[in-house]
Amino acid sequence: MLKLNINGLEIEVEKGTTVLEAAEKAGIYIPTLCYHPDLPTFGGCRVCMVDADSKIVTACRAPVTDGMVVKTDTEDVRKLRLTNVELILASHNQDCQSCSRNNSCKLQEVSAFVGINPERMKRIRRSVEEVPVDVSNPFFHRDHTKCILCGICIRTCEEINGVEAIDFAFRGFHTRVSVLGDKPLKDSKCESCGECLVRCPTGSLFLAEPEFPEREVESVCTYCGVGCGIKLGVRGEKVVKVTGNKDNTVNRGDLCVKGRFGFDFINHPDRLTTPLVKKNGKFEETSWDEALDFIADKMSDIKAKHGADALAAISSARCTTEENYLFQKLMRSMGTNNIDHCARL
Amino acid sequence: MTQKFDRIEKEAREAWEKSENSNTPHIYIGCATCGNATGAQSVVKTIKNKLDEKNIDAVVKEVGCIGMCFAEVLVDVIKPGHPRISYHGVTPETAEEIVESYLVNDDHRPDLALGYFGEGGPDDVEHIESGDVFKNQRRVILKNCGIIDPENINEYIVHGGYRGLAEIIGRKQEEIIDILKDSGLRGRGGAGFPTGRKWESCLRPQADQKYVICNADEGDPGAFMDRSVLEGDPHSVIEGMIIAGYAIGSSKGYFYVRAEYPLAIKRLRKAIEQAKEKNLLGDNILGSDFSFDLEIFQGAGAFVCGESTALVMSIEGNRGWPKPLPRPRTTEEGLWGKPTLLNNVKTFSVVPQILSNGADWFKDIGTEGSPGTAVFALTGKIKRSGLIEVPMGIELGKIIREIGGGILDDKKFKAVQTGGPSGGCLPEDKLDLAVDFDTLVKAGSMMGSGGMVVIDESTCMVDVARYFLDFTFEESCGQCVPCRQGTQQMLEVLNDICEGRGREGDIEHLLELGDSIIKGSICGLGQTAPNPVLSTVQYFRDEYEAHIKDKACPALVCKNLIIFQIDEEKCSACGRCRKACPVEAISGEKKVPHKIDQSKCTKCGICFSECPERFSAVERLTGKEKLAAVSGKEG
Ligand SMILES: Cc1cc2nc3c(=O)[nH]c(=O)nc-3n(C[C@H](O)[C@H](O)[C@H](O)COP(=O)(O)O)c2cc1C
Ligand code: SF4
Ligand code: SF4
Ligand code: SF4
Ligand code: SF4
Ligand code: SF4
Ligand code: SF4
Ligand code: FES
Repeated sequence: MLKLNINGLEIEVEKGTTVLEAAEKAGIYIPTLCYHPDLPTFGGCRVCMVDADSKIVTACRAPVTDGMVVKTDTEDVRKLRLTNVELILASHNQDCQSCSRNNSCKLQEVSAFVGINPERMKRIRRSVEEVPVDVSNPFFHRDHTKCILCGICIRTCEEINGVEAIDFAFRGFHTRVSVLGDKPLKDSKCESCGECLVRCPTGSLFLAEPEFPEREVESVCTYCGVGCGIKLGVRGEKVVKVTGNKDNTVNRGDLCVKGRFGFDFINHPDRLTTPLVKKNGKFEETSWDEALDFIADKMSDIKAKHGADALAAISSARCTTEENYLFQKLMRSMGTNNIDHCARL
Repeated sequence: MTQKFDRIEKEAREAWEKSENSNTPHIYIGCATCGNATGAQSVVKTIKNKLDEKNIDAVVKEVGCIGMCFAEVLVDVIKPGHPRISYHGVTPETAEEIVESYLVNDDHRPDLALGYFGEGGPDDVEHIESGDVFKNQRRVILKNCGIIDPENINEYIVHGGYRGLAEIIGRKQEEIIDILKDSGLRGRGGAGFPTGRKWESCLRPQADQKYVICNADEGDPGAFMDRSVLEGDPHSVIEGMIIAGYAIGSSKGYFYVRAEYPLAIKRLRKAIEQAKEKNLLGDNILGSDFSFDLEIFQGAGAFVCGESTALVMSIEGNRGWPKPLPRPRTTEEGLWGKPTLLNNVKTFSVVPQILSNGADWFKDIGTEGSPGTAVFALTGKIKRSGLIEVPMGIELGKIIREIGGGILDDKKFKAVQTGGPSGGCLPEDKLDLAVDFDTLVKAGSMMGSGGMVVIDESTCMVDVARYFLDFTFEESCGQCVPCRQGTQQMLEVLNDICEGRGREGDIEHLLELGDSIIKGSICGLGQTAPNPVLSTVQYFRDEYEAHIKDKACPALVCKNLIIFQIDEEKCSACGRCRKACPVEAISGEKKVPHKIDQSKCTKCGICFSECPERFSAVERLTGKEKLAAVSGKEG
């Protein structure tokens, strides 16, 4: 264990701990923008700078050394952080009220912490590069004028999804996140998983149809047998948003494109909500009991007339493994091995 | 090892002597990029044709840059029994004359000659080595540049080349590094890091592979020192790298050269081939069990790729972004994760001489903290621009006055900028500074890779700062906020100041920004980018204030802050300005003093330079008061 002193608090941490992690352990807030706990560090935003043994270091990257004395609020540190945030704001398209991240934005949080002063801001020459919003992806869009180039989306795509669809393009002040050949996102390798979207600290990546839920309901994604934990965001009587459930051990919050964005079927008018039975050539709504009885009768008939081998069943990838197991057990108990599954194709 | 080398040297000497001592004249033409740009290639062609036509047997050699850029194209002629005479500003026409007069007849044409090298020259031409340009120089790194044929390894060997290598093979690695440490050699890439210590930290780690890289990215605007060495004396750099390979235990080296240096790359390729043929490079060098191979990697020419970690990323095929701290040292974990030694072109090129002449020889040159010499690309408002090499510790003013010959058109000196975009501007009272790594930093500038731009009274210091900031703004890699956003912010403020939109408090804003960028940036690019601004504010604050408060550009440069006006008293109505004005802003006729319509004038300055000096009727005005007076008169 290593001992260190942060702002007068003595704490002990394990070897390999960063200053930021140590501060967190001590309950001390250090502003960060390009740091994300799921990802390797980047070190580009420079707002996490602190004084460690009288040297200015980035807390997110600097490892703790034994006996280190860290000061997170010296004159110098305050000034450096403030200037950095001011500089980010100088080319940031601030229209918080109409931004989907209003109230959950890291840049707002950090700005509030460093204390943006309108008098000082008057000196700043503002210039927001005009780059059109990439609306090619049907699920989420990219507004470059709100991007702070933290690289979190890029690292997410590489480290979490393993797709590497996006990267930094161009140079210096003209740097922006783009795809191979600077094409629209839809023409790239992007799988629309939305993992980048949920990690973006600002409103640069935003839902194409943003709706804020009133309440959340825990559930399981019905698309495949993985069974990712989700939270259905409900507004009124409608599901308006799906988020991955971080507490679910199956997916720890991650989702794929279907689970995250494919929820419009839930409130769709064409959706079947009760079983249907064909009577006189027309489907009619019925109860589960009646429907199951109907199936049981028919299957028994077929088995009696043509033997068990005349029965076949197809199960679904949208069921869990356990459900699929039970289903094949059921069919075998009826004497047939004719079982198939949609995911086999 | 030396026995084998003795044989190589003997062969080289024989081949060389056969050509040198033959009773034929030798003609050397400066054909580095600088010479070629001034027309050296057509001079070469003319001379060869003329020699054919006159049936003269002579050896024509294309050599590197001798550093006297102000005098290009340079043609040196050695007639048997005569010293080397150097002709300057040679054109195809004068080239013919030189062949005709000097080689056919015996007239050495003092009217075309710059001077002679060596002993016993004619009285009517100057002895170059004792003239102002050369007497203050000390040629160590550049000693062969412009003297030997860079495409002929024999010439390099005859001039002492590869002996350093031959002598160290078989010796203990630590001994070699100790000599370097003792010599006090500091890296010539800008930061001046002790070379011996760097080599030592690369020798220490155990690894199955280590790499040696020569940094020839040379991205500073106006810098061409490294290019000249590669073009004029490529073998010296190659030898230095082989020695480094031996000393740290590496079998593979890379040249990182910007692709814009095609001639340097061509010469390097040729030199590598020749060294291999002679078993000075490649497998089992000089019969020993030491093998070393060299490869050329062409960089795309980004300034930031000269930074060590960005350079390594770039060779690995990644985006050339510097790695933020904390990061492993390149000497421990560099290219492909292996221990890697990175040095500048000039650093490698001086190593062989240190090893063959000894550490004391090197320490005798220069200052205690910065032994050796400094190579500068001397440019700007100076009479004699060019590539110079001076002992460290030389007085700054001496470089400008004596080597450079003083200010162009005898204007007044204002400042000297060293260190390129990372450096600063020093005013007149710093001219007695003894130039070395440390004194320059203390004065607010730095050695950098060796740019030295002389600035005269007709240059606006805010505009100079803006020029350099524009460069770093364009070259910032974009990774970190202070540099990416900060250089842009500084540039915007400087643009505003130069264009008359400067505000009260801008100077403080710039100083604060500078401080944050220096302290907060990831790499040396950002960490030094504010220097040109900070040093000009430090030494020329009044110019900034004039721009901001009085909307005046004291040097009469910033277009938005000046107007052109014709002094009726002085105007002789010659009409030249009227005819020359591209936007027809000038009215007047014969005998009527001319007048500029300010609403049409685009401030191109043509009328100012057109008006004959004896009238000097066009004047530039600046400052709120004067401009108000003019617009009042008009209104
Ligand atoms: C932005 C930047 C650009 C650089 N460009 C060069 C260059 O073009 N050539 C060079 O030798 N060193 C350059 N350097 C310095 C190198 O990082 C490194 O210190 C040097 O090559 C080491 O060689 P030396 O010890 O022989 O000086 C640059 C550094 C920075 C930060
Ligand atoms: S990204 Fe954040 S700071 Fe920017 S507009 Fe949106 S809420 Fe405001
Ligand atoms: S949506 Fe997924 S695949 Fe597409 S860019 Fe983002 S992380 Fe990569
Ligand atoms: S889009 Fe978001 S996550 Fe990606 S770099 Fe910009 S701010 Fe960071
Ligand atoms: S200081 Fe500039 S060049 Fe260096 S890493 Fe930061 S942005 Fe890139
Ligand atoms: S400065 Fe140019 S545009 Fe203006 S009057 Fe003179 S020549 Fe014409
Ligand atoms: S060139 Fe000079 S002297 Fe001639 S008309 Fe113009 S201002 Fe007058
Ligand atoms: S959070 Fe540490 S540098 Fe961005």
